[in-house]
Amino acid sequence: MTTPTLPAQRPSSASVRVGVDLVRVSEVADAVASFGSRYLDRIYTPAEQAYAEAEPRVRAERLAARFAAKEAVVKVLRPAEQRPEWTSIEIVRDGAGACDVHLTGLAEELAREAGITGLAVSLTHDGENAAATVVAVCGDAPGADQLRDAARLANHDALPASDTKGTS
Amino acid sequence: MSDLATDIDSAVRTVLEEHGRLAVDVASLDPEADLYAAGLTSHASVNVMLALEDAFDVEFPERMLKKATFGSIASIASAIAEIQDES
Repeated sequence: MTTPTLPAQRPSSASVRVGVDLVRVSEVADAVASFGSRYLDRIYTPAEQAYAEAEPRVRAERLAARFAAKEAVVKVLRPAEQRPEWTSIEIVRDGAGACDVHLTGLAEELAREAGITGLAVSLTHDGENAAATVVAVCGDAPGADQLRDAARLANHDALPASDTKGTS
Repeated sequence: MSDLATDIDSAVRTVLEEHGRLAVDVASLDPEADLYAAGLTSHASVNVMLALEDAFDVEFPERMLKKATFGSIASIASAIAEIQDES
């Protein structure tokens, strides 16, 4: 038996960071009921709010999944002191159902300082729980593009747009 | 503890009781006890922050958005006092 020869990997100082967060959907629903627009405007961008409100049956689920994603992003940004505003981390969704992360302000600054060259996010929710995983590629990692593509595909496959339960 | 500090401590405990979803008895919690170890989640800390803003008629500035601010009753009370001093 011959051992397949793997392509040579060039030396790299690149690394990968992973963040995950879990949120109870009922906590988000309670927050909306208790604090209304103060809560929504403090945490979610107008586009995120509009996306959640487009499907009232899963509004809290969509908001909870986005909150989890923002927290997962903070975990990969690893702020030493001040953490970024929640609205400076925006979860954007393309027409095909894949989600991406858009950073501004302090979040963008922290990502630059950490040498983060790519972020991939995957969201999910089921019943009482919503969760998100974020992978950050720091530096010019070999296979970084493939990693981002894989995460994007996993996100898309796990959350078919036609499935209400999983339409995060 | 001064009367003002006692009032703040008491109001912070009330907010934590209503919004913190802690797994422990808030009334008997040491002021320096780690609230995250007591069960405070990141989302619950947002609710606590908004409820504190309502209770004290203040707004937490961006520079105070750090985990340590909501790490204990004492740190929350200190942040409230600092915001009140500035306004």
